[in-house]
Amino acid sequence: MAKEKKGVRLEHISKIYKDPKTGKDFYAVHDTSLEIEPGSFVTLLGPSGCGKTTTLRMIAGFESPDEGEIYLGNQAINALTPNKRDTAMVFQSYALLPHYNIFDNVAYGLKIRKVPADEIKRRVTKILELVELSGMESRMTNQLSGGQQQRVALARALVIEPSVLLFDEPLSNLDAKLRVSMRTEIRRIQQEVGITAVYVTHDQSEAMAISDKIIIMNKGVVAQMGTPEEIYYKPNSEFVADFIGEANFLKGKMKAKDGDVAVLDVHGLEVRVNASKDMKVGSDYTAVLRPEAATLADKGGVECKVVLSCFMGAYQNYHVMLGNTLVKLEEHNPKNKKIYKVGDTCHLVFDPKSVHVL
Amino acid sequence: MATAQGASLERKKLMADPIMVTTIVLLITFLTLFILYPLAVLLVDSVVGDSGLSFGVFKRIFQMPNFTKAISNTLKVGFVVGIFSTAIGLLFAYVEVYLRMNKFVGGLFKVVSMLPVVSPPFVLSLSMIMLFGKAGIITRYIFGIYDNSVYGFWGIAIVQTLTFFPVCYMMLKGLLKNIDPSLEEAARDMGATRFKVFSSVTLPLLLPGLGNAFLVTFIESIADFANPMIIGGSYDTLATTIYLQITGNYDKAGASAMAVVLLSITLLMFVVQKFYLEAKATATLTGKASRGRMLIEDKSVKIPLTIFCSAVALFVIIMYICVPIGAFFPTWGYKFFPLTGKWFQQVFTKYNGFKAFKDSFILSLIASPITALFSMIISYLVVKRKFRGKGFIEAVSMLAMAVPGTVLGVGYIRGFANGVFRTGFLQGIYGTGLILVIVFIVRSLPTGTRSGISALRQIDKSIEESAYDMGADSLKVFTSVTLPLIKDSFLSGLVTTFVRSITAISAIILLVTPQFLLIMVQINEFAEKGAFSLACAFATILIVITYSAVLLMNIVTKHLGTSKKIKED
Repeated sequence: MAKEKKGVRLEHISKIYKDPKTGKDFYAVHDTSLEIEPGSFVTLLGPSGCGKTTTLRMIAGFESPDEGEIYLGNQAINALTPNKRDTAMVFQSYALLPHYNIFDNVAYGLKIRKVPADEIKRRVTKILELVELSGMESRMTNQLSGGQQQRVALARALVIEPSVLLFDEPLSNLDAKLRVSMRTEIRRIQQEVGITAVYVTHDQSEAMAISDKIIIMNKGVVAQMGTPEEIYYKPNSEFVADFIGEANFLKGKMKAKDGDVAVLDVHGLEVRVNASKDMKVGSDYTAVLRPEAATLADKGGVECKVVLSCFMGAYQNYHVMLGNTLVKLEEHNPKNKKIYKVGDTCHLVFDPKSVHVL
Repeated sequence: MATAQGASLERKKLMADPIMVTTIVLLITFLTLFILYPLAVLLVDSVVGDSGLSFGVFKRIFQMPNFTKAISNTLKVGFVVGIFSTAIGLLFAYVEVYLRMNKFVGGLFKVVSMLPVVSPPFVLSLSMIMLFGKAGIITRYIFGIYDNSVYGFWGIAIVQTLTFFPVCYMMLKGLLKNIDPSLEEAARDMGATRFKVFSSVTLPLLLPGLGNAFLVTFIESIADFANPMIIGGSYDTLATTIYLQITGNYDKAGASAMAVVLLSITLLMFVVQKFYLEAKATATLTGKASRGRMLIEDKSVKIPLTIFCSAVALFVIIMYICVPIGAFFPTWGYKFFPLTGKWFQQVFTKYNGFKAFKDSFILSLIASPITALFSMIISYLVVKRKFRGKGFIEAVSMLAMAVPGTVLGVGYIRGFANGVFRTGFLQGIYGTGLILVIVFIVRSLPTGTRSGISALRQIDKSIEESAYDMGADSLKVFTSVTLPLIKDSFLSGLVTTFVRSITAISAIILLVTPQFLLIMVQINEFAEKGAFSLACAFATILIVITYSAVLLMNIVTKHLGTSKKIKED
C-alpha cells in the first residue's frame, strides 16, 4: 500500500475512572508515554486491569485521555472522534455486522468513504484473497468459523488502508491451536502490508511470537518496553521477570566481583551471576534464573535438595531447595539424562551469563 | 484529579457530531415540554394561587369527603387487584413452566396472555355488566337473579384483576424460567416434598419478583380510568374523581391538586418498584437454567392446578367473546334472536362511525412511527452512548410510565390551554389533533423505550463501535447498524403504540375537542348511557382493527425481522 506509514506517540497520557464500588477515582492509565515507530508491530501486554485495553481504546478514540496528548504521525488526535481517526480496530468479539454478508462487511468502511462501486469490488476481492477467504463473499457471518470471522474482521480493518491497525485481544475467543496459526497469519499479513500495528493481549507467548516490541503494563503504567529478547533475558523488575515466563529469584548480598562475574551470598551459598558495571560489594541484589537455564548434576555448582521431580514429557520438572529458596527447573529432553528423585541431594549448575541481575 | 480534560474532550467529540447534538437537544426539549412541564405546572398550580404561595387548595380538597373517600377506595382496589393478579399470575406461570400441559391448555394460556394486549381497556367491564348485571345473561337467565349489582368495589376489582393478571403471568413466567432446576432438584434430593420445595426454594427466590408484579399491577390499577368509569357506579376512584372535578365541577385548581396526590402515589410505588424490587428480582435469579426442567407429572398436583387455570382462562375468554356477540343481539338482555347487524349499521349511519374510526385511525397511525423511532433513538443513546443529559433522558422517559393518563390530561389542560406558562406560546396546539398525537407518543414512549433498551443490551457494544471506527458517523451507525439489529423491537413499538393509542382514553377524554370523534370516547359514552349493543359494536370493530395490526406485525416480523440466526449469534 502506497500510503505513508505513520507512528503513534503517547505523551503523558492518563485515564481516570471511578471505582463503581467505592466511588473513588483511580488511574486506569497513569502518565504513560510511548513511541510506536511507523511500520512496527507493538504489543501491549499485561495482566487484566493493567490499562492496556484502555490505552488502545484511547488511541482508537473510544475513550478520551484525562491528561496528555496522543499523536498519529505528527497530528494531535485527542479531539477527533473514532470515525475521523485514521485507525482501524479488530475487536475481541470480531464485531462483524450480523445483518450483512462477508462482502458487505468488508466493504462497509469503503462505502462510507464513498469509494466507487467497481473499486470497492476490486479492493474487497483483493483483501479477501490476502486473508484467504476468496469465494466466501456471499456467506453470512454466522456461517463462518471463529477463525474465519476473525479474518473477516482483519480484512475489514485492512481494506480501508488505515495508518494504524489496532487489535484488542483478537484471538482470545479462539481455541488454542487456532490461536497459534492465526497469530502467524496476522504477523504475515502485517509484514506483507507493512502497516503499523498495536496489539493488546494478556497471552505472553502470543506477544513473543508476534511483536517487534513488547510493552509490559502493570497497574496503569509501563513496566518495560523492549524487544521480546530484551524483555525475556533482561527484565527490569521482578514483576516483568515473573510475568514473562517462569522466573526464580535468588536474593543475596554481593560478596565479591570477579571480572564479569559477581558472587552473591544466598543463604550462605555462593551463587555466581552475571555482573553489571554498577554493582557494588555489600549491596543487596536479586538475580533472575530461568528454569531452563540451569541443570542438575552430581557435582559442581551449588548444592541443593530435590523436593519435587515430575515427568512432563518434553522435560523433567524439578523443584529444588537452594538453602531456603525454592528453585523451579525444567530439564529438557530428559530421556538420556539422570533423573533425580525427591530427597536426593545434588548440585545446581548454570552459566553465570544466563543469570540476569535486576 | 484532572478529569477535566477527558470530560472536555468528550464534549468536543460530541460537538463534532452535529446530528447527535441536535437529536439530543430535540429529545430533551420534547421530554421537558411534554412530560416534565405539564407535571410541574400541576404542582405549581395547586400551591400558587392569586394570593401567592398557599396550601389552600390542598386543604380544600382534603376537606371534601368524596375526595378522601376516593383515596381510600383507590388504594383498596389497587391492593386487592395487586394481590389477586399476582396470585393468579403466579399460578398460571407455575403451571406453564412446571407442569406438562396439553396443547389445548397451552393454547388457552396463549390466548389469555394476548387478549388484554389487543382489546380496549374496558371491554371486560362491558361484558361483566352484560353477563352479571341486572339484565345479565348469567345472573338473570341462568340463575334468575333480577337485582344483582356488579357496580362498585367488587365489579372494579374483578374486572381489573382479569385485565391485569396476564401481565403478572408473563412477568413471573420469565423469572420462573430463569430458576436453575438443579436448585430445586437439590432440595428434592435432600428429602423435601414438592410443596416444601415450592415454599422453601421457589417462592423465596421469586419473592422480589412477586413484589415487583404486585406493584406494577397496583400502579396500573390506580391509574386505570376506563373501568372504574363504567363499572364503578357511585364507587369513585381518584382517576374518575379528578375527571369529574374538571368536567362536572369545572374546578381546575382542585383537579390539579388531586392529580398531584394521585401522581405522588404512583410515583412512590414506581420508585420502589424500579429501584428496589426490579433490581432484586433479577439479581436473585442470575443462574441461567443449565438444563431443561423435569416437568411435574404427579396427577394430584397437575389436575387441580390445570383445571383451575383452564377455568379462569375460559372465563376470561368468554368475557371477551361476549362483546362481539353482544353486538349481534337485537336487544341485550331482552331479545336475543334473530341475530342482527343493525347495530353495526347504526354505527356508521347514525353515529358517525366512519369519522370516528378515521380520526382515531389516522391520529394513531401518525403517532406510532414517531414513537417507535423516538424510543429506538432513546434506547440507542441510553445504552450505547455517553453524554451529559443521558441520565435525564432515561429518567424522564421512564418516569412517564408512572404518570396516570388522567394526571397527564389535567397537566396538559393546565399547561397548554393558555400556552406555555400562560404566555400563549404553543397555545395553538391546544384543542388540535397535534396535542392528541403528542399524548399518544408520551403514553407509549416508556414501553417502546424499555423494549428497545433490553433489545440493545443484548447486542455487543463493539458491533456499533466497529462501525464507528470504520468511519461511520452517529446517524450512519444508527441507521445502518443499530436499527436493522433491533428491527423487531422497532416493529413491535410501532404496533404497540398504534394499539395503545387507538384504545387510549384516560388522557384523551380530557383533551379531545368536538372536531375529533374518537372511538374510545364514543364507546365510553354509549356504555355510560347503557347503550351496550352500540358500545359492543364499536368495540368489536376496534378489536378487529387492533388484532389485524398485531397479526400484520407478526407476519412482517417473520418475513422481514431480524432473522433467528442473527439472534443466536
